[in-house]
Amino acid sequence: MDKHTLQTNKPQKPSHHRTIEWLKKNLFSSWFNTILTFVFATTITVIVIGSVKWIFLTANWHVISANFRLLIVGQYPVAELWRVWICLTLVSFLIGLSWGLWKGTMGHLTIAVTSLYVIVACLPFVLMETRIWLLINIVVIVATYAVGKNWPKLKKSTLVGWFLMFPVIIFLLNGFGVFNHVGSNLWGGFLLTLLIAIVAIVCSFPIGLLLALGRRSKLPIVRWFSIGYIELIRGVPLITILFVAQLMLPLFLGNGIDIDNVVRAMVGFTLFTAAYLAENIRGGLQSIPRGQFEAAEALGLNATIKMTFIILPQALRAVIPAMVGSFIGIFKDTSLVAIVGLTDLLGMGKNIISNPEFLGTQMEVFIFVALVFLIFCNLMAYASRRIERSLGVGKR
Amino acid sequence: MNKHSSSMATPFWRDKRVIPFLLQAIFAILVLLIGAFFFLNALDSMKQIGLSFGYDFLSKMASFDIGDKLIEFSSTDTYGKAFVVGILNTLRVAFIGIILATILGFIVGVARLSNNWLARSVATVYVEIFRNTPLLVQIFIWFYAVFLSFPTIEKSLNALGLFFFSNRGTVIPWFEFTSSSFIWLISLFIGLILSVIIWKVKLSQQVETGKKKYPLFWSIGSVISLLIIAFFVTFETPLLFSIPEISGRGFVGGYTIGPGFCALLVALVMYTASYIAEIVRGGILAVSKGQVEAAKALGLKSSTILRLIILPQAIRVIIPPLTSQYLNLIKNSSLAAAVAYPEVFGVGITILSQTGKSVEVISIVILVYLSMSLLTSLLMNIFNKYSQLVER
Repeated sequence: MDKHTLQTNKPQKPSHHRTIEWLKKNLFSSWFNTILTFVFATTITVIVIGSVKWIFLTANWHVISANFRLLIVGQYPVAELWRVWICLTLVSFLIGLSWGLWKGTMGHLTIAVTSLYVIVACLPFVLMETRIWLLINIVVIVATYAVGKNWPKLKKSTLVGWFLMFPVIIFLLNGFGVFNHVGSNLWGGFLLTLLIAIVAIVCSFPIGLLLALGRRSKLPIVRWFSIGYIELIRGVPLITILFVAQLMLPLFLGNGIDIDNVVRAMVGFTLFTAAYLAENIRGGLQSIPRGQFEAAEALGLNATIKMTFIILPQALRAVIPAMVGSFIGIFKDTSLVAIVGLTDLLGMGKNIISNPEFLGTQMEVFIFVALVFLIFCNLMAYASRRIERSLGVGKR
Repeated sequence: MNKHSSSMATPFWRDKRVIPFLLQAIFAILVLLIGAFFFLNALDSMKQIGLSFGYDFLSKMASFDIGDKLIEFSSTDTYGKAFVVGILNTLRVAFIGIILATILGFIVGVARLSNNWLARSVATVYVEIFRNTPLLVQIFIWFYAVFLSFPTIEKSLNALGLFFFSNRGTVIPWFEFTSSSFIWLISLFIGLILSVIIWKVKLSQQVETGKKKYPLFWSIGSVISLLIIAFFVTFETPLLFSIPEISGRGFVGGYTIGPGFCALLVALVMYTASYIAEIVRGGILAVSKGQVEAAKALGLKSSTILRLIILPQAIRVIIPPLTSQYLNLIKNSSLAAAVAYPEVFGVGITILSQTGKSVEVISIVILVYLSMSLLTSLLMNIFNKYSQLVER
């Protein structure tokens, strides 16, 4: 036995020997493990062969290629699609710049996004126009990367750019009188999924912050209001809140204010996310040691300055991973708008399978939808893990 | 004069006693104003449509039927009873879902830490895929692409001649109670109590005397002997097996589960299990290494170590996040509205579209979910108290 262990520790050994030892250790270490290995191996083989056969022989991928535009941008008018492309290019511009400036995690994300562009451009059914736009995007990323790498002073303006990007994109997509008006009832597909998720995340952040501070406030009315709101929202399913937003918001707002379905869904999501975000931020606030508060008070800082410059920067930094986790949840939950009749990625998929032309293609459509979500959620989860490691949260 | 007095007394807007009061008053007034604005608008709009606020519709006749139900319900019953049917359906899917998800989640969680590479990787892939796709997409895949894509009843697939899969639902073998079931049940109950007592007595004798007293053998024996007695009393089997058969255009016997329930249950279990697996894995990793090493040094088997050393300690870390997963499962069961399974939310939407009482119906649904969440966390908190470390 002893001899055996000694041998495994020897560095130089023929490679096939090492393979056998690895197999022995990881697959056949006991009779139970051996049985387990064979059971799993058979199951996996059956599943893999079945899926490969289905993917390459049975599945009718024509449904995806024929409806690709619908799935990605929905009913957005073809003549105005250049506006969506401009938005994407803006995002690419900022991504490339951030890659050059911050490197690290941003680099990995940029490479993932770029390879996504390349893959989409290589799909056999996309239009030439799409390929050209994607090529422009890739060029923009590379060019701005070079810029960002050489001008490290651009950090602040890039951050401002990320914040400004959001209203600019909404402006571009809607038109608001400058371009032809494209109502949000025409936004659809993956574009709508992304927009709802981004609006919910951006708008819920200040509300969540206020609720978290309110819950820790010394003023009882404010505290009880915050607790009531947070616990009420967290106690009921998201779908009821979406229904409240769809059916009761028009009732509550009266006749003077008329808002469309998409905005109602966004309001519902924002109110929902705020409660969960508030709990995340409260966790961060609780993790700040008392000494920080006392030191700030001893310096004579007033409550606002103490919060903005001493407490919140530390608290928010500590809960970045938890917040990204919530954001992944929200991104996945946007698919619920399909139940209230919006045509996001999933809703569009549901519409497509009810089209008699594409009868019997449910599996293909939903697998495609699942794949899109899988890719983006995995990207976010990966970024979250990297940030967690680089912040050293949980290691102190 | 004026200048003098202001320097003496603190102005009221800087008075530490007045500020909190003032702020709260402003806040309360703002909230009340917004609330009143919403309320008046709602009253106004409801008046315009010709609706009045009130819960009296609950005692009116519901003119719709519910497919999946645990208690008798027909279209002549009241809306109130329809809600009860919905609540029971939610409880059914939540209860079965929680049990199955816990079992699957524990298996996957342990497999993620297995020393078998294949088991480990399969568990990891499972968790990554099911955690990172939306639950609704999974429900749709199970509903539209699996359970509705099964062949018709006449050509339905069957497994072992016992389980039938058709697009109208899945049929499983079920039991039928007979007159002797009661006697069997009583004798089984007595046998179980007896076996526990005998096991404890024999175990304490074994510990005291050091001689082998075979406690397990005795306790199993007591259960079996009581069952034999039951058989000689009744001369019947306890339950009649009802094996499903196809006859014409339907099934006879067995228990039919609708495709909506199947899809919802499978999706909820698979999705929640992937979260529970991560919680279990975290819990096991939180048990200190010395515990396992000490157990190994005592010569315990690895299955015994897992059962008696690791899991009881891991449970303490696992329970609080597990509770929130259970709550999520209950809340997520509301997605049944998308697959036409009539749980409380789906029933509520049907009633809402018939009566137009949106505020009342939504308020009832919210109340039901809030009380279920409260009840679950209460039960889990009690369980949590028992599993916590008892220190000196």
